[in-house]
Amino acid sequence: MTDKILTVRMDAYPSDSHKLHRYVGTGGYEALRKALTEMSRDEIVEEVKVSNMRGRGGAGFPTGVKWGFLAPSEPRYLVINCDESEPGTFNDRQLTERDPHQLLEGIVISSYALGVNHAFVYIRGEYPKAARRMQSAVEEAYEAGYLGEDILGSGFSLDVTLHLGGGAYICGEETALLNSLEGRRGEPRLKPPFPAIEGLYGKPTIVNNVESISNIPWITVNGGAAYAAIGPERSAGTKMLSISGHVKEPGNYEIVMGMTWRELIYEIGGGIRDDRALKAWIPGGASAPWFVPDEHLDTLVTIEDVAANGSMIGAGAVVVMDETTNVVAAAHRIVRFFAHESCGQCTPCREGTFWLEAVLKRILNGGGRPEDIDLLLSISDNISPGLVWPPAMTTICPLGPSAVSPVTSITRWFRPEIEAMISMREVAVV
Amino acid sequence: MTTVIAHWSHDNRKRAESILASYPERRSAIMPLLYVASLEHDYVTSDAMRDVAALIGITPVQVQSVASFYTMFKRSRVGDYLVSVCTSISCYLVGADDVLSAVENLVEGGRDDAGEDASISVEHVECLGACGGAPAVQVNYELIEGVTPEKAEALIGWLRATSPEVVLADEMQQLFGGRRSFDWGPSEAEGATRPLPAFGPYGSARECR
Repeated sequence: MTDKILTVRMDAYPSDSHKLHRYVGTGGYEALRKALTEMSRDEIVEEVKVSNMRGRGGAGFPTGVKWGFLAPSEPRYLVINCDESEPGTFNDRQLTERDPHQLLEGIVISSYALGVNHAFVYIRGEYPKAARRMQSAVEEAYEAGYLGEDILGSGFSLDVTLHLGGGAYICGEETALLNSLEGRRGEPRLKPPFPAIEGLYGKPTIVNNVESISNIPWITVNGGAAYAAIGPERSAGTKMLSISGHVKEPGNYEIVMGMTWRELIYEIGGGIRDDRALKAWIPGGASAPWFVPDEHLDTLVTIEDVAANGSMIGAGAVVVMDETTNVVAAAHRIVRFFAHESCGQCTPCREGTFWLEAVLKRILNGGGRPEDIDLLLSISDNISPGLVWPPAMTTICPLGPSAVSPVTSITRWFRPEIEAMISMREVAVV
Repeated sequence: MTTVIAHWSHDNRKRAESILASYPERRSAIMPLLYVASLEHDYVTSDAMRDVAALIGITPVQVQSVASFYTMFKRSRVGDYLVSVCTSISCYLVGADDVLSAVENLVEGGRDDAGEDASISVEHVECLGACGGAPAVQVNYELIEGVTPEKAEALIGWLRATSPEVVLADEMQQLFGGRRSFDWGPSEAEGATRPLPAFGPYGSARECR
């Protein structure tokens, strides 16, 4: 049974896994050759549908289904989202820096399948090394005939343009990313129309995450059914998880989903630093509601089990907090992030994140008021009515509701701690 | 086209042309051109925005509305070395605030406030995607992982003492870093010469052998 797809080459050949000669020497671009010579476009789309792969960028929407929505008019575009900015995630950086040809081959196959002749890779500006490695890979691929005109004599042509971001988290949201790529402020667009109908320059566009597209060569060679057979049915394939915080062995781990959180944190993550007690963890990045040991250690690490417990795997960022963590300070740190990154279009998010940050800061600074917990929940309810999961929205994109997650998490699991902090009125200033 | 930027260097004019040619619509080139214009004008000055507007065929205020959205387009002068300390959740949990304080104590003027002749600016930033090697710091967007307050102080001293012409992530990681998020692979010869993301097509990367 396959248990690793994406990290095999970089683990085996750490010194040159990013170079074309190593990629080709380990079977690279054979998937492209197969796609171009043996498969029709529809057959590739079908294999991706059969694979059951769910988008790795956070929303978990099946990639093949997304592809099926692409409108037939031309031109069409493929845009790769390498704006990885969710606090806690760093797996796209590794995939792009260490195996850029794997991503690039996925881009060429996907472009062929989707009828795209110009693909873009939007790389966050803080990842210059990933951009340089990708640029070198693109240059090598043009020279070797894997990009450009008449690829491998198939008649199919593709250009790839890399585009560096400017330091805005919101550009990871696909419509904000498209606005940014068009040379506009990175403000999310109202949907519908979805990008598959009206995306880049108003043309049909597919936006996919780095990890999703890096899986495409393997699926092309081995077939969608082989991919679907890996792991639980609704969380098929392998998943890159980024583990950080108070664990002994932080890092990226390519896993097959279906283990328990206990196994993930204590075996893969090596347990808690200094063997302290676990207090809480975020199962899927700063946007996700937190899990706590009494409730969730034996919950399974799958997309659906995490969702059934009121949170999400998201882009795969696991942030672990031990018993020494001041949960109000941690929540404040996350809310501060969202307040800073709010694009400002929607009032509930722009104003709500500002006030959530201010009230949490007041509590931290020893000026908390007895009514502040209710106030936090009331502001949260104005951003995301009902405080349910998945969140109800009053905003164009999910950034506002994301800022609510840490607030509802600490009020749900650590309310006595917040109350104590408010009644003491004298705690360390953050 | 190039007449509107006749005052730019030959290399940067060529870069601007090639960037404009790589997009179906000219406006897409705003962000890349703002990076190139920062090489010409030091930072995103009014003149830089005017040049980009002229190249694309839109108004300077349209360029400004884009530039002002993104934190990496610096609209005031920063030092030769921009030190960005991540204080987002994963770095915060393992002591990033102490790293930030250590650096701020050494840099006069503190964060976001470089004077005319300051060579180092400090800013705290949100997640740098280096959470497995937290706390993380960047110098001119080149990464160092596993930084302690002591190492951060040494980094500032090193930048002042050696004024490296090209800032290299691998060199700094070796001198001042610790645990990394993952194996980076072989050392890179390319790095940053300015507080801009070092990327060949934008003219901001340089090799150092």
